Amino acid sequence: MEGAIKDWRNDIYKVFKELDITMVSHVPDAGHTPLINLCEKDNEIDVVTLTTEQDGVGLSCGAFAGGRKSALLMQSSGVGNCINALALPNICRIPFLTLVSMRGEWGEFVPWQVPMGLGTPKVLEAMDVKVFRADYKEEVGSTVDAAARFAFNTNRSAAVLLSQKMIGAKQFKNG
Amino acid sequence: MIERRPFVQKILKNRQTNLRVVSGLGTSTWDLMSGGDDKANFGFIGAMGQAIPFALGLAMAQPDLRILLFTGDGDTLMSLGSIATVANHPVANLTIVVMDNESYVETGSQPTATAGKTDLEIVAKGSGISNSYTIKNEKDYDRLIKTIYEEEGPSLVVAKCQAKATPLIFPHSFDGSVSINRFMSTLKS
Repeated sequence: MEGAIKDWRNDIYKVFKELDITMVSHVPDAGHTPLINLCEKDNEIDVVTLTTEQDGVGLSCGAFAGGRKSALLMQSSGVGNCINALALPNICRIPFLTLVSMRGEWGEFVPWQVPMGLGTPKVLEAMDVKVFRADYKEEVGSTVDAAARFAFNTNRSAAVLLSQKMIGAKQFKNG
Repeated sequence: MIERRPFVQKILKNRQTNLRVVSGLGTSTWDLMSGGDDKANFGFIGAMGQAIPFALGLAMAQPDLRILLFTGDGDTLMSLGSIATVANHPVANLTIVVMDNESYVETGSQPTATAGKTDLEIVAKGSGISNSYTIKNEKDYDRLIKTIYEEEGPSLVVAKCQAKATPLIFPHSFDGSVSINRFMSTLKS
């Protein structure tokens, strides 16, 4: 099980390498941690830890203007923080790629995660972000590859929602 | 107090070829454009709070150029956390100049937090940008020019300036894709 979980983050990492994505920003989420660790070990990738997800939008756009491709990693709760910032890649036709680990859906324990989990695809689409989704680990690599190519080939914004089904719903224990 | 427009124009006059200038939305962009149309400028007209992260990404991607951001106190206050991000991902080539007029001058001069108890120099220092200082006079021009072109960044300079509405000087285009492509034509990828 552990090996299988590691594998689909490896598939994302392979897409980063193949498409020359050399900057990865994030507000961390446990679902992304193995990927963040892979990127941090890679001297060719700059990992930028943000204080709020929206800053990853501006960072990504500035990096692209300077000739570097990047990706923003966040949890679904962070998507709401990005809404107005998404105007920047939209109006400038700068490619923007984000990978979103979903909460508030598959067996969620924490009710507070549900509103933004439900809202995530809607608010992304409301801001003209093309939304891709991966529910099974076998389709992660191809979906991230497709979303990244969509973004960088058509100068649009793309998001991949990574299902909580793959990440697992954490069951909290009191005490 | 600094009169912002002539001050910005003075900084832009005789600019070196290795300088790229970004401006935050509103008055900072009109200030930048008042220095003359230049492809090596990119001005925000929206996306408030995103100018600092944009400048950080640009500075990281173009380490051989000097990156100067003019922005306002309102724009900076919207994304204060980005100052901590800049500090912790050091970019030696980045200077942020906050044209601090202590007000949202474009919307009727409502006071910002810097009109009250907030000091952006101290915020920057506390966030880890050690090269941060405040200027209140045009005489500090030489110091600022040295910071922009020579000193090891990241640097954040608070320029206390008059809260005065100035004429709007528009950029070459309001279309972001036109503006960014023009700007990118001055960069080697």
